[in-house]
Amino acid sequence: MVEGARPVTGASPAPDAAGLGRARATGFLVPAMVLILVFLVVPAAWTIYLGVTNYRLTGLAAAHPEVVGLDNYTRALGDERFRTSLLLTLQFVLGSAVIGQAGLGFAIAFALRDRRGPLRRVVEGFVLLSWILPSSVVAFLWIALLDRDAGTLNALLGIPGTAWLLDHPMLSIIVFNTWRGTAFSMMLYAAALENVPRSHLETARLAGASTWQQLRDVVFPRIRGHVLTNLLLISLWTFNDFAPFLITAGGPEQRSEILPVYVYKVALSGGELGFGAAISFVMLLINLVIALVYLRMLGRRKESA
Amino acid sequence: MSAITMRELTKVYPGGVRALDALDLEIADGEFFALLGPSGCGKTTLLRTIAGLEVASGGSVRIGERDVTNLPPGKRDVAMVFQDYALFPHMTVRDNIAYPLRIKKVDRRSRGSKAADTADELGLSGLLERRPGQLSGGQQQRVALARAMACHPQVFLLDEPLSNLDARLRLEARTFLKRLQRELGVTTVFVTHDQAEALALADRIAVMEGGRIRQVGTPTEVFRRPANTFVAGFIGSTPMNLIDARVRGDELSVARAGLPLPDDARGQVTDGERLVYGIRPEYLDYSPTAVPGALTGEVVVVENLGSVSLVSLDVPGEDTEETGPGRTSVQVVVAEGGEPEPGDTGWAVPRPGRSLLYRDGNLVTAAATAGVPAPRADAAARS
Repeated sequence: MVEGARPVTGASPAPDAAGLGRARATGFLVPAMVLILVFLVVPAAWTIYLGVTNYRLTGLAAAHPEVVGLDNYTRALGDERFRTSLLLTLQFVLGSAVIGQAGLGFAIAFALRDRRGPLRRVVEGFVLLSWILPSSVVAFLWIALLDRDAGTLNALLGIPGTAWLLDHPMLSIIVFNTWRGTAFSMMLYAAALENVPRSHLETARLAGASTWQQLRDVVFPRIRGHVLTNLLLISLWTFNDFAPFLITAGGPEQRSEILPVYVYKVALSGGELGFGAAISFVMLLINLVIALVYLRMLGRRKESA
Repeated sequence: MSAITMRELTKVYPGGVRALDALDLEIADGEFFALLGPSGCGKTTLLRTIAGLEVASGGSVRIGERDVTNLPPGKRDVAMVFQDYALFPHMTVRDNIAYPLRIKKVDRRSRGSKAADTADELGLSGLLERRPGQLSGGQQQRVALARAMACHPQVFLLDEPLSNLDARLRLEARTFLKRLQRELGVTTVFVTHDQAEALALADRIAVMEGGRIRQVGTPTEVFRRPANTFVAGFIGSTPMNLIDARVRGDELSVARAGLPLPDDARGQVTDGERLVYGIRPEYLDYSPTAVPGALTGEVVVVENLGSVSLVSLDVPGEDTEETGPGRTSVQVVVAEGGEPEPGDTGWAVPRPGRSLLYRDGNLVTAAATAGVPAPRADAAARS
């Protein structure tokens, strides 16, 4: 398909930097293109198609799905459970990604900026460990930590019987996700802070600037692009994160049912694949909006600079 | 009154590097003072310790009447211009200059007019709304100076102020800097590795090596009478000729030639003693014909330096037990018109009163007429 769209030119010297020529460059690209097509484009198109059908996991509609137009979408927008879930997701993204991961990650990176040696390595090691452990292991650890009767946290605080997961399900998964994902922000900010010239910070210090004033006047203007990129990535990741399901399963009473969990329950537990696909598509649109907002802010930065 | 006094100032970095080694130094009020030395000699550490950006490991720093050794940089009333100028790229020139005033909570209107006044003084008036990225190197440097001046500190600290400018601009900036310092009369310390820059700008120079000060003096003193062979080799666009010599009676045998003993050294040396004879290439006169009391040898290299040429003579070395008769090179500055050709035989005559003798690397001087005047007396004489 790609070859057909781009006719191979003759023996003229390759104009590209690597000297591959169009034919060989295309040859290198094709395998990747095929993979992207098969595993990304087709399923995405398929989801969009499913979203306008009444396709189900079982029953009559599983064999003969019918196109129902925008019914799934109108139903979702009118659904109290969907709207609650959307609200919870926004809380989750704001609390655990923007405030939790980005805030904590920056704080650790800034605190360690001039440190070398064992302290830095130990802190970074622990933070990274929470990031690279498999979700299932991590989920088990957190359930063990927060358990009502035998939980480590209650034992540490001396308040046995506090049901964190039942009484504070959103707080629990927000803290969990903050812990889980801080490493990425920390590493990104640590690299970004290397770009802040020492002399700029020292000029501010010589003028008598406090730490907060140094951050405001020297550090943040310098790393604004890094901050926005970081927020964009972790917002999207958190928005689509399914790991909280492993801890609270969306409960109790759907009080921690963020959108990925909601989709999972509707589509797989409830069997309504068509409706689930429609919600997935809505999530995709929300992701796009988030991405566009951040990219817009990044673009404005470039104009002003 | 904002003299700077350092007593036994020591800085040891983690890992044991001793950047400043029990250093004593006084910089007079209003003085333009250079810290000069090769890289790694501790000059930048000294500047940063005065600023408070490095914490001294021992000793004290006083600015005027205040002991600032343990004060944070913001409380020392000093301003520093960094080598890269450290202008904030997201702020206009006006905001950059006014930044220290903003931190000191001066209200917007008066800090704006203060910034404009300072910019006027430095010829930046049309550029107030520009960003640093839109300025030339020389303009950026003046913005950095304006920012340092705007809050009227007691002391200016300049880290390699001219090194980021191209050669032509550097001369211009050098003159500008010297005039500015004279007009402001603020105690100014600058760091440089360029001896020409230090000689041209400073009222006094401290030549540093290995965390210690090897000589403090006016440019004339360090140029004419380097206190040791390190300073002798470091100062001057062409390094001083340092040649093995031996005392023979009233004379000095240098490169098989008999030269008169320097006045200073009379009575300070013993017959047969081995010393190092120092003479600047500028203080040797070239002669194409034989003259008494001259170093002689074959011309090997002639380097054109514009109005003068630097001629290298290949002269015989002093015959010693260890090395035997060797060869050594003597450089002579020759005025235009008189340049020899390589292969010629030439004679180099030391000018009277300009030759120096070093024993174990240190200048041999008459104790009574101790050559280098005390810095304090010198500072008083100027003011």
